[in-house]
Amino acid sequence: MSASLDAISPGALTSPPVAERAQPRRFAPLRRLRDPALAIIFPTLVLVFWHLATYGRKYSLIPPPTEVARALYDLAFGGIYDDAYSRTLHVHLLASLSRVYGGFVIAAILALPLGLMIGRLSIMRRLLDPTLQVLRPIPVTAWLPLSMIIFGLGPRSAFFLVCLGAFYPILINTIFGVRSVDLRLFEAASMLGCRSTAQFHRVVLPASLPAIFTGLRLGLGFAWVVIVVGEMTGVPTGLGAIIIEARQLSRTEIVICGMIVIGIAGFISDRIVLLLGKRLLQWSPNFA
Amino acid sequence: MPDGNGPLLELRGVCKEFALPGRRVQALREANLRVSKGEFVCLIGASGCGKSTLLRIVAGFETTTRGQALMSGAPIAGPGPERGMVFQDYGLFPWLTVRRNIAFGPISRRRPKAEVESTVDRFLKLVGLQRFADAYPHQLSGGMKQRVAIARVLANDAKVVLMDEPFGALDAMTREHLQDELLEIWERTGLTVLFVTHSIEEAVFLADRIVVMSPGPGRIESEVAVLLPRPRDVVAPDFNEIRRQLALRLHSHQPRKAA
Repeated sequence: MSASLDAISPGALTSPPVAERAQPRRFAPLRRLRDPALAIIFPTLVLVFWHLATYGRKYSLIPPPTEVARALYDLAFGGIYDDAYSRTLHVHLLASLSRVYGGFVIAAILALPLGLMIGRLSIMRRLLDPTLQVLRPIPVTAWLPLSMIIFGLGPRSAFFLVCLGAFYPILINTIFGVRSVDLRLFEAASMLGCRSTAQFHRVVLPASLPAIFTGLRLGLGFAWVVIVVGEMTGVPTGLGAIIIEARQLSRTEIVICGMIVIGIAGFISDRIVLLLGKRLLQWSPNFA
Repeated sequence: MPDGNGPLLELRGVCKEFALPGRRVQALREANLRVSKGEFVCLIGASGCGKSTLLRIVAGFETTTRGQALMSGAPIAGPGPERGMVFQDYGLFPWLTVRRNIAFGPISRRRPKAEVESTVDRFLKLVGLQRFADAYPHQLSGGMKQRVAIARVLANDAKVVLMDEPFGALDAMTREHLQDELLEIWERTGLTVLFVTHSIEEAVFLADRIVVMSPGPGRIESEVAVLLPRPRDVVAPDFNEIRRQLALRLHSHQPRKAA
């Protein structure tokens, strides 16, 4: 289906799909490689600079990239240093993944219905929106002490903080999505015989889906961003936890390993969400 | 083409006022209009003459401040499928394919599935969009979108099709195509059409009767019956004569700047 649809150009009435649209595709394999090739240039430069600035210097506080690479290999597979960190990556990654996704899911379960209600019902908006707007600028880090008092040391605080980080992007985008549904679509639905009670799931929900999806994507991103803060609450495992711990032990190479793994895991999880979005929202010009 | 049972649509002394901060604006004053079944009526006038307001009252999107709007003798209370609206900006549901857009009305009215599918197929064919049945609106040209919008109200058994400058955003070629197609559909289905336009040529080309409106406050000024046989030739002398008459009527109500 999609192959023929790609060729529909605006302005074509019922004429057959325009042939010249397909022409630039001749170099598709090359073009596919161009973006990754471009994307790799900057990190390579950073690596080279990092290497030149740190390699062979005895008292450098920052380990050279080769040492970090060895540490990362040892963290994942062991066999080099055989210390407390060897072969523990999967444990920490799994712990962080469960907190990120757990916190994210809880945030979504809370923020989606709340956002739909605030967006649709003016009484809810007047009741809750001012409070939420005041709470929103408070950084997750600032909640850390209070969270440890309320939820105690350990994983419950971590869940709470991650959840908090993911909550506002989901909420704000859901409210925005619901509120910015084109009024014309309500008119169209009602003149076609769709009653206002049915308009919520037949118009409001689908129309605000792209914005809700953007909120979920941002929320998941923020969950990764705040994972280190979340794991400052005294949990023994997790990528954030080893970063804090390794910092205290001056194992900077482990700190950098943690950073790299968080970056890559966050990137992959965002890509998965984006692919899902492209499948579900292929109708939207913003996602297709 | 009156069917003997009174007009299909009737406006009796319809007034519409809008409240703006600090003042009230009269959008429509004392509008009286009767439209028979099967008639093609164009509303024409400068902006602010209330033609869109009148259409929106018939659609049920606006209430009247005074007066009555009747459909088949019963007061119009809110939008309904028997009065289908075609918007200038299409108003298609972007998340639904062409097929699902056309099916939206029948599904809303809980028609059986098989009936919905056959209805959709019939109207896809009528507007010539079978090949684009599974495309999404953003993949279509303006002319194709407007075809979907027309098919969508027809598939929902609209008795009256209300069109608010439906071809205003289209290029001239596409507009002419769609005017021809609309007339063909109208002749084939026996629909009643209430069509708002600001193009004199479009009105003369399409209408059985042209309602001339003027602004400040919006009101119905006069009516012109167009008795030319169809298909109409837009460069024929009698076509131009009607066009000239209409232009005079429209412009005589506009205040000219003092020299």
